[in-house]
Amino acid sequence: MIEVDNLFYRYPSGVEALRGVSLEIRRGEFLAIMGKNGAGKTTLVKHFNGLLKPTSGSVKVDGVDTRELSVAELSRKVGMVFQNPDHQLFCETVEEEISFALKNFGFDEETIEKRVEWALHLLDLERYRKSSPLVLSGGERKRVALASVLAWDPEVLILDEPTIGQDQRQKEILRQFILQLNAQGKTVVMVTHDVEFVAECNPRVVLMSDGRIIADGAAKTVLTDFKTLREASIIPPQITQLFSSIAKYGFPQDVIDLWEAKSILHDVLLGGKVR
Amino acid sequence: MPIIEARNLTYTYPGSSSPSLRDVSFKVERGEFVLLTGPSGCGKTTLCRCLNGLIPHFYGGTLSGELIVSGLKITEHPIHELALHVGLVFQNPENQIFALSVEKDVAFGLENIGMDREEMRRRVEWALEVTGIKDLRDRAPHELSGGQQQRVAIAGVLAMRPEILVLDEPTSFLDPLGAVRILEMIKKLNEEGLTIILIEHRLDLVSRYVDHVMIMNEGSIVLDGRPRELFQSSYPELLGVGLPKVTKLFNMLRNDGLNFKDVPLTPEEASRLVEEALHDRGR
Amino acid sequence: MSFLEGFRFRGSDSLMHRLDPRVKFVYVCVIFVIAVVYTDFLVQVLLFILQFPAVYLGKVYRQWMKSMRGAVFLAVFILVSILLSQYFYYGYNLLLSDFEYALAMSMRFIVLVASFSIFFLTTSPDYLGLALEQSGVPYQFCFAFVTAVRFVPVLADEAQRIIDAQRSRGMELEKGSFLKRVRNYIPILIPLIVNAVKRSLELAESMESRAWGSSKKRSSYYTLKLRRGDYALAAISIAALSISLYVKYLVMQGLIRIPMVLPLILRT
Repeated sequence: MIEVDNLFYRYPSGVEALRGVSLEIRRGEFLAIMGKNGAGKTTLVKHFNGLLKPTSGSVKVDGVDTRELSVAELSRKVGMVFQNPDHQLFCETVEEEISFALKNFGFDEETIEKRVEWALHLLDLERYRKSSPLVLSGGERKRVALASVLAWDPEVLILDEPTIGQDQRQKEILRQFILQLNAQGKTVVMVTHDVEFVAECNPRVVLMSDGRIIADGAAKTVLTDFKTLREASIIPPQITQLFSSIAKYGFPQDVIDLWEAKSILHDVLLGGKVR
Repeated sequence: MPIIEARNLTYTYPGSSSPSLRDVSFKVERGEFVLLTGPSGCGKTTLCRCLNGLIPHFYGGTLSGELIVSGLKITEHPIHELALHVGLVFQNPENQIFALSVEKDVAFGLENIGMDREEMRRRVEWALEVTGIKDLRDRAPHELSGGQQQRVAIAGVLAMRPEILVLDEPTSFLDPLGAVRILEMIKKLNEEGLTIILIEHRLDLVSRYVDHVMIMNEGSIVLDGRPRELFQSSYPELLGVGLPKVTKLFNMLRNDGLNFKDVPLTPEEASRLVEEALHDRGR
Repeated sequence: MSFLEGFRFRGSDSLMHRLDPRVKFVYVCVIFVIAVVYTDFLVQVLLFILQFPAVYLGKVYRQWMKSMRGAVFLAVFILVSILLSQYFYYGYNLLLSDFEYALAMSMRFIVLVASFSIFFLTTSPDYLGLALEQSGVPYQFCFAFVTAVRFVPVLADEAQRIIDAQRSRGMELEKGSFLKRVRNYIPILIPLIVNAVKRSLELAESMESRAWGSSKKRSSYYTLKLRRGDYALAAISIAALSISLYVKYLVMQGLIRIPMVLPLILRT
């Protein structure tokens, strides 16, 4: 679906943000790109919808080089939800806000109405249909932004730091929502530094540091590799840290999930299972 | 006498139909490190704005009940007077830095109160030292990273030498490593006697530092006590507060019948409890 | 616009940078007065040449050239429009002196841009704000000025992010009729303005929390002190102004004549 081949990117200011990144994202995958601020995560995903074009190397979406397509053309397939919803909200009503992109992409009136209806329902925003997006709370504005992207049903959904400022309940709802979208066949790419959230989602994890990918694999593998995590300035999940400290008692070293941890400890401490 | 005391504090924003704070009462002792948390919209941000008088003086609205900070009733003193006792640090460091150089910005508050230059220089030096940004003094704020900017914001507030430091989600815009560095710095300040009120969602990062937790929901304080006491129940989770994973893990194990000597807040504490449990079983 | 880059402060440790902004401002005003008082091409050219030492002393040659390129572009417009108006006004008949006059006017424009460019390139907005403060401008205005400058790069970044966000929703800035392209700025301007208002609210909260308005007598962490270089530049400027005004007086009395440049060039 998305092929990145030896991508280099240098900002006009001279900063080299990406230094030889190669990555393949298959249709329907769920991927988390992690790394500290400045590692190049956002720079990388901005190549997926053409906002940035490679300095050298190539990025292909569905086999077509992104340099041959405009941002609007690429966005039709690759929808990006930005970190700050306030960078996009400008319409008088939530309804208009959701239809904005649909109008830009040339959908007809009837389809627009249906899609808006669908998006409002999907994100529980029906009661705000005629409200101004600016008077809604922070969490509600994030939902409007998400709804406005889902409305045009892109095949790929990119979420840039979706958990910032969210409380636990909101994160849980988001997690289930993402898993549902992925189950329906959408390719989901999440840029984040929230390691606990990623551990809960259990996607494929790509670690970036200093403009390069330093790890790429299942969450269980990557998030338990302390050495690489340290290179990327990521703190391992608490469960993984715990199991690492009790490794000498024979506990497995690839645990990131809370319930798996509970069941293992339960068996050992209550059930008397010898390790 | 507690350094902060609230009695039946109720507040409604101007133009709002329902109160954002309902009958809030609590006490904070000098030198405590307090965590104020709760689901989005619970009123914690509103409460922290009361602590330095932004509510009611800047925001207006209707405030009833009492809030006494450092011996001063907030309704009876202007913000600029309360600012000498309570420093408030906000979420976005970018919007707390005004000047074009770090040093000048840290001096901003001191210039406002008309301090003489010699004394200002001493205070600014101290603030830069304590926040570890002495080498950034001539830099322009726009060139700094989020973590560095947040330190500058904190330095600017510390220069006023308040007894209380209130921080409203100061790590929001920082990555976990940046967050830990800031929190470690705040903990050190607390150990030197500064009373800290921290508003945070990310309990996994902050629980290890705090000794007093207040959880709010829908404008009221619903839980108030020591972290280990409060976090051993599932009530915080039901309210929408995310406990540290290890704490949650041990709560679940406790529900299954296992007994532990303590409630862990960090992986280190948790591993010690596991070791003790294994040794006990071994006997 | 790279033309504007010629007016953006670039930090450096040059001689020009270290001079007091008030003195530099006097220098710019003196250039302004002389350029306006004289309508002779020769004088304007001399004034322009006099900028070069300042540019080199300020180490801002590359940035200065950016504003100069833009200035020359505009100066050509000025030249052509003056010539055209003279052509029609004097009955389709142009003398050498008319050309000389048109060149002088365009050159005057270039001189003014040049001196202002040097001023802004070598004066930190911080020091400019301080200079305003010490010159008696009420603190609120100085503060508003410095804060505005401080946030220019922040707002520029934000504008770029907003443009990115809207482009990702299919908005195409380059296509469409002129009217459509103008309308395309609404999705950019509204978030920008709304966020600017929100930002100023946060700034106000922060200011209040740092005792804004506490004392009527606000003190200042830094203070501008005049040094030798400042006195030197001030003296030079005043001397130059006096001499120029005196020479102009003599010219008006008919005692001195300033030669035209074009005849000299044409003769060679």
